[in-house]
Amino acid sequence: RGMAAAALLLLLLVAGPGPRRAGAGRERRDALREELLLSPLPTGDVAATFQFRTRWDADLQQGAVSHYRLFPKALGRLVAALGVRELHLALTQGFWRTRFWGQPPLQAPAGAELWVWFQPTVTDVDKAWKELSNILSGIFCASLNFIDSTNTVTPTASFKPLGLANGTDHHLLRYAVLPREVVCTENLTPWKKLLPCGSKAGLAVLLKAERLFHSSYHSQAVHIRPVCRDASCLAVSWELRQTLTVVFDVFSSGQGKKDWSLFKMFSRTLTDACPLASQSKVYVDISPKNKEKELLEVTPPPTSVHEAVVQGDKKTYAVYDLLSPSLFNTSRSLNVQLKWKRPQDSSEMPIPVLHAQRYVGGYGLQTGEICTLIYNTHPYRAFPVILLETVPWYLRLYVHTLTIITKGKENKPSYIHYQPAQDRRRPHLLEMLIQLPANSVTKITIQFERALLKWTEYPPDPNHGFYVGSSVLSALVPSVIAMKDVDMEQSPLFTSLFPSSDGSSYFVRLYTEPLLVNLPTPDFSMPYNVICLTCTVVAVCYGSFYNLLTRTFHVEEPSRGGLAKRLANVIRKFRGVPPL
Amino acid sequence: AAPVQVQLVVPVAVVFSPGSVPGDLPRPLPFRDVQEMEISVNLRTSVTARYEMVFRSTTAQEEAALAAVTPRETDAALRPLQDSSMGSLTIYVVPETSSLLPQGISVYVGKHRSALVRAGGSLAALHTRLRQVTQVMSFTATSIAAALSDRVANGQLSPDARRNLKSSLGYEITFSLLNPDPKLHAVDWDIEGAVNRYVKPVVDKLSLVANFSVDSQILYYAVLGVTPRYDKESSSFLLSAHSLPHVINPVEARLGSSAASLYPVLNFLLYVPERSHSPLYIQDKNGAPVRTNAFHSPRWGGIMVYNVEAPASSQASIPLHVDVDMARVMEVFLAQLRLLFGLSREELPPEFLLESPGNEGLADWELDHLLWAHTVENIATVSTTLTSLAQLLDKIGNIVIKDDVASEVYRAVASVQSALSKLAMGHLHSAFQASKEAVTSSERAFFDPSLLHLLYFPDDQKFAIYIPLFLPMAVPILLSLAKIVRETRQHKKEPTKMD
Repeated sequence: RGMAAAALLLLLLVAGPGPRRAGAGRERRDALREELLLSPLPTGDVAATFQFRTRWDADLQQGAVSHYRLFPKALGRLVAALGVRELHLALTQGFWRTRFWGQPPLQAPAGAELWVWFQPTVTDVDKAWKELSNILSGIFCASLNFIDSTNTVTPTASFKPLGLANGTDHHLLRYAVLPREVVCTENLTPWKKLLPCGSKAGLAVLLKAERLFHSSYHSQAVHIRPVCRDASCLAVSWELRQTLTVVFDVFSSGQGKKDWSLFKMFSRTLTDACPLASQSKVYVDISPKNKEKELLEVTPPPTSVHEAVVQGDKKTYAVYDLLSPSLFNTSRSLNVQLKWKRPQDSSEMPIPVLHAQRYVGGYGLQTGEICTLIYNTHPYRAFPVILLETVPWYLRLYVHTLTIITKGKENKPSYIHYQPAQDRRRPHLLEMLIQLPANSVTKITIQFERALLKWTEYPPDPNHGFYVGSSVLSALVPSVIAMKDVDMEQSPLFTSLFPSSDGSSYFVRLYTEPLLVNLPTPDFSMPYNVICLTCTVVAVCYGSFYNLLTRTFHVEEPSRGGLAKRLANVIRKFRGVPPL
Repeated sequence: AAPVQVQLVVPVAVVFSPGSVPGDLPRPLPFRDVQEMEISVNLRTSVTARYEMVFRSTTAQEEAALAAVTPRETDAALRPLQDSSMGSLTIYVVPETSSLLPQGISVYVGKHRSALVRAGGSLAALHTRLRQVTQVMSFTATSIAAALSDRVANGQLSPDARRNLKSSLGYEITFSLLNPDPKLHAVDWDIEGAVNRYVKPVVDKLSLVANFSVDSQILYYAVLGVTPRYDKESSSFLLSAHSLPHVINPVEARLGSSAASLYPVLNFLLYVPERSHSPLYIQDKNGAPVRTNAFHSPRWGGIMVYNVEAPASSQASIPLHVDVDMARVMEVFLAQLRLLFGLSREELPPEFLLESPGNEGLADWELDHLLWAHTVENIATVSTTLTSLAQLLDKIGNIVIKDDVASEVYRAVASVQSALSKLAMGHLHSAFQASKEAVTSSERAFFDPSLLHLLYFPDDQKFAIYIPLFLPMAVPILLSLAKIVRETRQHKKEPTKMD
C-alpha cells in the first residue's frame, strides 16, 4: 500500500513539471502551409493563386491570456473579442470572366466583400458587426467602415458556414458588399504583414505591388474558420487562409506568345521556402487539353506530378516542393517557365458548366430592368442554383414584375425569400432556388424605379452612377467525370475550403458583374447659382436706390450740348424751327 | 489649464511601543495632531497634503507582535491588527536600542501599510523621520508633480517624471519576441508559464488600479532600425545610447495596433539578434555596456536584447534551437513595468530598509502610491477636459449639446466633487473610483460624435457664400465714402486758398 502511494507521488512529481519542461521539443501547436497555383487560362492569360494556411490548435474564444506565434495577433484578438465564428473578407479589383477563364478557384465580387458568422453567445449581432467592420477597415486600410444597415443583409440560404458549426441560425450571419471600393497597394501591405514570414521569405517574395496591380484581376482574401483538430473532431482548431489571386495578361505583354515564367510575371524568382512553413509548394497546371499530350513544357523539371479531380475536371499538376533540398541543388533560385510547343488554337475553348451574366435594361431615368442570364451548359444534367440579389434601396424593385424564363417557358423557383427594402434603412434581399434544366439559358428580369435622393445623399461624382453589388450564385454542379475519393488535404488550394457532398458534384460560388446605374442627379451648383443671381439682383437694386438717395442733383447749364442735341438742331434747321 | 485645488488627507497612526516614547511629548498619549504640506504645481493648481496623525501606545497584541525576532515576522504578525483601508498608514515606533531592526537601519517599510521606525531621541527628530516615511509610503511632491506633468512648465520637470504612464482605465501589456532570422534561430519561449508565474500576480494586484490584459506574439524578420556598430576590441556589436531612439520605429509598424480596444499598450520586446550581429550589447551614455542589456522607452515599454551563443561547430544543425531563460527576461521586464508606473525603489536614504514585495511584485503601500497619483491626475484630467469643452462651446455658439451629453457632464462634475470630498476625508479607494467615473463620463461627453459635424460650417464660410451680395453692395458705399473723404479734404484746403 505504502509502495503504491510512493509510486503515485513519484508519478505526480514527474508529471508536475513535465508539460512545462517539454518546451524545447514541444509539439508545435500551429502550422503554416504555403502554396502557389499557376494555371494557364484558355485565353492565354495566367492565373496565379497564392494560399497561406495557418492552423492553430487552440480555441481562440477562451480569451484571457493569449500567446500568438504564427497566427496574427490582430486577427486573433478580433475573433476573441467580438465572438466571431467565421470571417471571410475579400478585396478585389477587376472581374473574373468565368465564361472565358473557366471556373475560378475562389472568386470574389469586385470591390470589398465581407461575410461573418457570429457565435450564438453574441447578443447584439448588429453592434458586433458594426464594430467588426470598423476594426477591419483599420487593419486593412479599406473603407469597410462604410458598411452599415443600408448595405448589410442576412441571407437565409446562400452562405452556409464553411467551418465547424452546430446549427445554422442565419440571424448570426451578416453579409455586405461594397462594389465601389478600390483595391490598391495600401490594402496589400497590411495583408502581407499578417503573414508570419512577411514578404521576406517563401512564396510571398513574389508579392510585389507594382506587378500585382499591373494585372487584369487582383483579389486578396482572408478566411478565418474553426475546423476539426483531428478525425475524431473532439477539439477545435482555428484556420486562417490568406489567399491572393492575380491574373496576368501575358499574351499581350509577351509579344503574342503565351509562354511565361515566374520572373516575367513577378519580376522575382523563388529562392527558399519560408523557414516557418511546414509545406511550401508550387503547382503548375499542365492538364492536357483535348486528349493531346505534350503540348507544353515546364522547366525546370518538377519534383513530382500530381493528378487530382478539381471542380469536376481532371487536372495534372507539376509540383515543386520548395522544402525538398534537391530543388535548389542545381541553381540558387527557382524560376518556373512554361513554353507551348505549338500555338494553341483558341477556337476550342472549354465553356464552364455554370456561368452567368447580368446587365441593366430599360431607358430613361425613371424605370429600368435588371436582367440576369444563367447558363447551364451541362449536356444532360439539370441542377438547382441559389441566386442572391442585394439591391440598394434607391432602386425600388417591383416584385410583381419578376419573371424567370427558361427555354421560352416560365420557370417557377422552388424557394423564394424576399425582404423588401426600407428607405435609408436596409436594401432589398432576394434569394431564389432555381432549377436549371440541362443545356439551357435562364433569364431572370425584374423591373425597378429609380428613387430621388436627398441632395446630401449623393456621393462625390454622382454622374458616374451608382453601383449595385454582384449577385451571388451558389450551386452544386454535377461533374462531368466521376470524382474519386481523393485525399482532400493533398490536393492544392481550395478543395478543402468548400465542403463536397459526394463524388458526383462539386460546389461552385460565382459572382456576376456589378452594375452601374444612373440615378436622376440634380445640378449641385444650382443653390449657389440661385444665391449668386438673387444677390446680384438685390445688389443692383440696392446700388441704384442708394445712388438715388445719396446723390445731390444740380441743374447744369449746357455748354455745348451732346451729340443728340446737335443732331436735333440739325433737324430743326431743316424744319426752319429755332434751335434749342 | 483650469484651476484645481485638491486636499489629500492621509490618516496616519503612530504607535509607540514601551520605552520609545520621547521625553518631550506635548501631551500625554493618546492624542491627535495634524500636519500640512503644500505642494505647488503652478499658480492655478495647488495640492495640500494633510497628515492626520493619531499618537497612541501599543496594545498588548501589538506588543507581542513587536517581540518577534525579524522585522518580516513582525510585519506579518501586525497585519491583522492595523487599519487596512487604502491610503491609511500605521507606523510603529520601537526603542532606539531595539534589536528588531538591523544595525544601521532606522526605518523598515513592510509589505503592507505599516512601517517600523527607530525612536530618535527628541520629538523633532522623530517628526522628520515620520514625515520621510509617510511621504515614501503615500506620495511625495515629485510624484504629485509627475502626475500633474501636463500642468508643469517644461523645464521644471526632470525627465524621469515624464516616464510615468498616463492614468487610464486599462492597459494592454504585450510581450513580443523578435526573431529577425528564423532560418538560423528557432527561438522558443515559455511565455505562457512566465506570464502565469511572474506577471499575473503583479497584474492581479494592479487590477485595483485599472484593467489589464496580457498577451504575447512572435514576430519574424523584424529588425531594429539601427545597424549596430562593430567593436573590434570586444569582438561584439554595440548599440550606443544616442541611437536607441531610432531603434523602435521599424519594429513598431509590425507590432500591430490594439484594434479591439482603446487602452494604451505597453510593449515589451525581446530581441534575439541575428547571427551576423551577435553578440549585441547596449552601451550607456558613458560607453559602458548596460548590465541588463535592456532599455525602456518612456510611456511606451521596454526592449531587451537576448544574445544567443553561436554554436561551437559549424556543423551544428540549422536552425539552432534556443530556449529563452524566462526568469532572466521577466526580471528585466517587471523592473521596467515598475518604472513605467513610477514605482522605482531607488532614491531612498540609506537608513531605509524596504521589504521585498515577494511574489506579488508590489507592496500594498506601493499600490496606494499609485492610487494617490492616479486620483490626482484623473481629477486634473477631468477638469481640463470639461474646461476645453466649455471653451469649445464659447467658440462655437450654435453647437448643440444633447441631453445625454449634458447628463454626462453633470455626472462628471458630481463625480469629481465626490472624489474631492472623499480625498478630503481620507477615503482613498472610493475617491479613486469616483475619479475614474468622472474621467469616463467627461471623455464620453467630450468625444460624443454629435459635437463634431456642426464644426464644419463655421461663420466665415457663411459669409463667403454671400460675397456676391456683399461685394456689389460695398462698391457704391465705398465710392461715396471716397467721395466724402475727397470733399472734406477740399473743404479743408479751400480756406487756405482764400488766404
